Amino acid sequence: MELDAKIPGGHLKDKWDRHRFELKLVNPANKRKFDIIVVGTGLAGGAAAASLAELGYNVKNFCIQDSPRRAHSIAAQGGINAAKNYTNEGDSIWRLFYDTIKGGDFRAREGNVYRLAQVSNNIIDQCVAQGVPFARDYGGLLANRSFGGSQVSRTFYARGQTGQQLLLGAYSSLSRQIAAKKVEMFTRREMLDVVIVDGQARGIVVRNLVTGELECHEAHAVVLATGGYGNVFFLSTNAMASNVTAAYRAYKRGALFANPCFTQIHPTCIPVHGTYQSKLTLMSESLRNDGRVWVPRDMGDKRQPHQIPESERDYYLERKYPSFGNLVPRDVASRNAKAQCDEGKGVGDTGLAVYLDFADAIKRDGKDVIEKKYGNLFQMYEKITAQDPYETPMMIYPAVHYTMGGLWVDYNLMSTVDGLFVMGEANFSDHGANRLGASALMQGLADGYFVIPYTIGGYIAGTSFPEITTDHPAFKDTAKEVRERTDKLLSIQGKRTVDDFHRELGLTMWDYCGMGRKDEGLEKAKKKIQELRGEFWENVLVPGNDKDFNQSLERAGRVADFLEFGELMVTDALARRESCGGHFNEAYQTEENEAQRDDENFCHVAAWEYTGDDKEPEFHKEPLDFENVELTQRSYK
Amino acid sequence: MSETINLTLRVWRQKGPRTQGSLETYKAIDISTDMSFLEMLDVVNEELTVDGKEPIAFDHDCREGICGMCGVVVNGRSHGPEKGTTLCQLHMRHFSDGDTIFIEPWRSKAFPVIKDLAVDRGAFDTLIQAGGFVSVNAGGAQDANCLPVPQEDAEKAMDAAACIGCGACVASCPNASAMLFVGAKVSQLALLPQGKPEAAQRALSMVRTMDELGFGNCTNERECEAECPKEISISNIARLNREYFKAGLFSSVM
Repeated sequence: MELDAKIPGGHLKDKWDRHRFELKLVNPANKRKFDIIVVGTGLAGGAAAASLAELGYNVKNFCIQDSPRRAHSIAAQGGINAAKNYTNEGDSIWRLFYDTIKGGDFRAREGNVYRLAQVSNNIIDQCVAQGVPFARDYGGLLANRSFGGSQVSRTFYARGQTGQQLLLGAYSSLSRQIAAKKVEMFTRREMLDVVIVDGQARGIVVRNLVTGELECHEAHAVVLATGGYGNVFFLSTNAMASNVTAAYRAYKRGALFANPCFTQIHPTCIPVHGTYQSKLTLMSESLRNDGRVWVPRDMGDKRQPHQIPESERDYYLERKYPSFGNLVPRDVASRNAKAQCDEGKGVGDTGLAVYLDFADAIKRDGKDVIEKKYGNLFQMYEKITAQDPYETPMMIYPAVHYTMGGLWVDYNLMSTVDGLFVMGEANFSDHGANRLGASALMQGLADGYFVIPYTIGGYIAGTSFPEITTDHPAFKDTAKEVRERTDKLLSIQGKRTVDDFHRELGLTMWDYCGMGRKDEGLEKAKKKIQELRGEFWENVLVPGNDKDFNQSLERAGRVADFLEFGELMVTDALARRESCGGHFNEAYQTEENEAQRDDENFCHVAAWEYTGDDKEPEFHKEPLDFENVELTQRSYK
Repeated sequence: MSETINLTLRVWRQKGPRTQGSLETYKAIDISTDMSFLEMLDVVNEELTVDGKEPIAFDHDCREGICGMCGVVVNGRSHGPEKGTTLCQLHMRHFSDGDTIFIEPWRSKAFPVIKDLAVDRGAFDTLIQAGGFVSVNAGGAQDANCLPVPQEDAEKAMDAAACIGCGACVASCPNASAMLFVGAKVSQLALLPQGKPEAAQRALSMVRTMDELGFGNCTNERECEAECPKEISISNIARLNREYFKAGLFSSVM
């Protein structure tokens, strides 16, 4: 299979304009003749469903939650980047592009990332027009703050609830289209397969989570905006229902999965505190603007933080990276926290935590200022830990947060299956091996508001569609396979619960395919996952039946897919014989313990093709060409 | 430091919207006080599953207090006893060894029970569809800084916009009114210049839809404000009333 990213020709700055001109158009009166399925209602899905409906297409939109206002984009705290340069610091589209490429450790496409930086400014305009209450300065203009991996303040924010406000903005536009009957909304539906007719994605099979009924839906194109796969680790900052099923089912139907080993471990999360724990909570990266990260200078120092004098503290990020200090990119901050804890300098009961200290910021700016900036985050921390961060430093530790890998897409966001588009975290395209803070919101909304509305038109205008209905055999066959799988899950009636399997899988992934990876560990993980998967299909206990609101059954299907997908991640990690961004193989590091890339052999996207159950997936390579930036060893010193 | 406690749970079990429900008793043993309320329910559900019983159905997702998916009535209080806290952020350190805890779904005509503690809050979506938006298509916006908004207005709009749509206000109100929910959205958009052109239409349409959906009216009980996990102020209801009267008296919109 030849992977053609379809990057338009011409200078980087002109590619998107040129492409928009060259894309075929669907005449306004004809748009109503086409149906588009959008799966997911996060920033990418909600924005796409609304925008496509505004253009005149008939949209069917699906989500697993009870309302399209709840997708996990809502939990993003810190902000959204844009190259507005309102702060007069010398920001530009080029700088945002460069920072994103560099932050991603040179493993993303120049063309995609430049487009992302270009449309970033339109996103802020659009959201303000919707009534998103961004933070403002006294003069009434928009406020900015800085984020990791950048030396300018380009992050727009709405307190610590930026994701919520942006998502509610998209949801409001979506609601307007639902009222206008241009979007048909299906809540509490889980996509369990994609239906392919003559090589084209023409529909999906979903389970109605309330009645248990399997439903078939047809359309002219299918758009997946189903989020990331961080929950393969069981414990992550993702919402409980976030899963890989939609993307993985598409993979099994022929869509290639790109760079699955690229996962982001976020440096500032509340540390793990017990085996019963169901998820991890992130503390926004924006806290690193004012918080100083430190550990005791000496190993095994068990004194309380206020008893440790300045001279016996190690502000290791400021020491090692004087120019970026506490604002180094996430992968660098996470690995350093792990390294400190591995050396025995970790703090707290478990020794798996470092301090994030606001004492100096409070002394400098006053408690009011800090409260205004981070009040809700401090409150959240106190609720969970019963400690007051105004008085005592926060304890933080890295946790799985975001997945840069995803379904392979071309410049049009189309996968290797015709008519199957993938947006947001579910695709792989813009963040390379590491995503910078405040860039996920930017990418989700860019894809939904400003990319897919054009590129899907180009596809529809240039494609002929056979007339089909859900009576087509492809729908019947796919639905039958889904039903058999569900029946199988319910019939096993073994002894171990779904969560029990999930927890064990997560631990294996975290130990061997987490922050630091080794070949022998990855080999071991592969074997362990295969064994666990074998046991799952013989010994899982799923109560209830399929004609009901059955949350155990929902989880069982998701964990079954994670048990296959985890192995794909490990396979990818083993094949990438270098370190870059979030993928850190301990055999490949510089003398200063930074990720050591191998640009000669691994400057590519690794895209995996499903070849059958229990068969090794087939590797495909999309070389990455850098014409505009020079590949360098990332340095944040 | 964490300790463990033992609890008796009285949990509302109901098979479906049209079946009779009842309170069932379960033991929750060795519950760490560092657990969240939902993690405590997870533990009980794991035990029920292994014992061959059906686990308790309850809605939840982000477990960090922002998605608005979770919410039940704990000992008669929406989201439990802690002020400004969603159920997922309520920790067991607020309970004592030997406590009996009553756990029930939101109860409101507009929120029918789906199963056990999960209810259908689709009526909230219908309310937003009735006008909780600014009519702007993607692509047509002017530069964001062309529209200055006084910081105080932006802050007030943000206070209102913090609503997570969980439904606690409705569940806590003796009239099952959605005035706080509607008030928050109408206020957010009435405070901002972007929302002004459609302000009259929005207030009239959302209030009318609220009545049609079976929500009650506001009689100033203030239970909604007391139980709102995001502490949305009832001054937003006052602003909704002003917007509604203004629209009725001075605008040509019906």
